[in-house]
Amino acid sequence: MNITIIAETNGNQLHSVTSQLAGAASSLGGTTTLLCPGGVGESEASEISGVSKVISLKGDCFSSFDSGAWSAVMAPHCDGVVIASSSPTGRELASQIASKMGVPVVQDLTEIGQDLKMTRSVYSGKAIETSTASGSCVITLRQNAFESAGSGGNAELITVDSTSEVSVAVKEAMAKASERLDVSEADIIISGGRGMGDPANFSHLNEVADVIGAAVGASRAAVDSWDEIPHNMQVGQTGKTVNPSLYIAVGISGAIQHLAGMRSSKYIVAINKDPDAPIFGVADYGIVATWEEALPSLKEELAKL
Amino acid sequence: MGIYSRVDRDNMTIAVLLKQVPDTTSKIAVSDGRVDQDSVSKWSTSPYDEYALEYALQLKESGGGDLVAITCGPSRSSKMLTDAAAVGADSMLHVEADTSEMDSRQIQSILAAAVKHCGADVILCGKQAADTNSGSTGPGVANLIGAACVGMVSEVNVDGDGFSALRASPSGNERVMVSKPCLFAFDKAATELRRPNVKGIMMAKKKVIETVSPGDLGVDIGESGVKIHAHDLPPEKPPGQKFEGAESVSIVVSKLREEANVI
Ligand SMILES: Cc1cc2nc3c(=O)[nH]c(=O)nc-3n(C[C@H](O)[C@H](O)[C@H](O)COP(=O)(O)OP(=O)(O)OC[C@H]3O[C@@H](n4cnc5c(N)ncnc54)[C@H](O)[C@@H]3O)c2cc1C
Ligand SMILES: Nc1ncnc2c1ncn2[C@@H]1O[C@H](COP(=O)(O)O)[C@@H](O)[C@H]1O
Repeated sequence: MNITIIAETNGNQLHSVTSQLAGAASSLGGTTTLLCPGGVGESEASEISGVSKVISLKGDCFSSFDSGAWSAVMAPHCDGVVIASSSPTGRELASQIASKMGVPVVQDLTEIGQDLKMTRSVYSGKAIETSTASGSCVITLRQNAFESAGSGGNAELITVDSTSEVSVAVKEAMAKASERLDVSEADIIISGGRGMGDPANFSHLNEVADVIGAAVGASRAAVDSWDEIPHNMQVGQTGKTVNPSLYIAVGISGAIQHLAGMRSSKYIVAINKDPDAPIFGVADYGIVATWEEALPSLKEELAKL
Repeated sequence: MGIYSRVDRDNMTIAVLLKQVPDTTSKIAVSDGRVDQDSVSKWSTSPYDEYALEYALQLKESGGGDLVAITCGPSRSSKMLTDAAAVGADSMLHVEADTSEMDSRQIQSILAAAVKHCGADVILCGKQAADTNSGSTGPGVANLIGAACVGMVSEVNVDGDGFSALRASPSGNERVMVSKPCLFAFDKAATELRRPNVKGIMMAKKKVIETVSPGDLGVDIGESGVKIHAHDLPPEKPPGQKFEGAESVSIVVSKLREEANVI
């Protein structure tokens, strides 16, 4: 079986999820080719173990994201099972490539079993779907759901100059409001809800986050109520779906739409003053207390480790 | 040039792709290995599609042209089209089909044909449906009709001869420009959603929904390339441990280290 991996890039660097895509590919067995759009991270990519060939695609069309233009260049190099990340850009690119190949795309897999048995969550996490593809297909994988491939590989590196007509022109780029770690990147997340009372109180969450290298998230009620809390922090059905090892929910009631975005976290801690808050229904460890009482000691205890 | 672009815009046909999904408050039950559609207590328009509809209405108001609401789904989904007409959609196309076992390629080919059938050159849809959780349809439709594709959009405006859209990027936000034909896949936006008024509801009731089959549109969707084995409910988590008071923080932290091994 041939496998083609679409490298995930992060500006001008290779995103670490790329190595997870290669890890998943090696569990399938077969010959793996990795495509680097824009040539980003090509030498790092050629060191990922299990990858036999890296095709570095260079060209002006890769200077900003245009899934139509990118896929036009990439699809001809795709063969067999095509694997990308289920990030927003990964999904968009994967769909375009699949459409150009005339094959289906199956998004956001959390597991791949024998004979490419695919597992994914549907209905906002309220059901799990298992399926198989009958022929070639494109799949995208959820970040942190698959083991990374090691380094130490030595793939053949081929550079291909590519041109493609760009139809999405970037007029203006606006940087993120904060330089904090993004929730979809983080292995530990601490999120605040309306129970934080005031956006200024998110500084207490930031302090805890800094101690353990966590990202700070928020409920929709927090995002909608306070301009200081940007939408890119929102976790849930209309925000981000996250899958960290540890999710700490502070002053969040646990509405079904919030749970949709975080219930697949490996461990969940809830801090809420209401012992009947639904969030305790999904928490592995619940603490019935106000954040005012609990956060200072949480920070202190974590700092001791 | 000004005159031509004005004429052009009056001829603009905007399509919004709406999918009916179980309301987020509905419980999901499984029977015989499939999500039990009959047990769904309430069906609604998929949340991101509502933002697509709102911006489709705004584009029509500022740029002129006609707005057609399109869905592909079983007969119950026509109600969603009437709701869209009640807030201002000019016409409605219902491709009647059961999409529940279709793969992404099949649904894309039906919707691309539907868009062509309506002569639409500006298409708005959701970034991801609340049932499939995929995000496959918009980019695929864009490819099939040869439209520029902009995903993760939270705002779109008429700008000169084209459109300017705000989209999320890995490093923040970007304002991008595209011209027709183009497709925008919507994320949550910072706009209020409009609610229908009585007059809108009355007008919508009089409008006729064009109902067709995939075959009527000239599409042969072929076989699904993906076979669904089963839908299951997510595994029940063992009940968690609950502690009273902030004094328990130290216990929880040590359990996170020793039992859970996550810090
Ligand atoms: C279509 C749709 C999509 C949605 N998408 C999302 C989504 O993506 N993400 C999302 O989060 N929501 C989403 N929602 C909203 C969701 O239904 C809830 O309204 C929201 O999650 C509530 O946020 P919250 O828990 O912060 O606020 P609340 O429900 O108001 O809960 C606040 C909690 O804080 C606790 N509290 C108060 N004071 C303190 C204190 N001092 N210390 C400790 N605890 C305290 C309270 O006991 C309470 O449990 C969506 C809703 C709809 C209809
Ligand atoms: N059957 C359908 N009818 C109309 N629009 C659809 C349908 N399926 C998907 N869409 C549109 O495509 C978006 C993404 O769907 P999906 O690819 O299933 O996540 C949805 O938010 C809708 O706007």
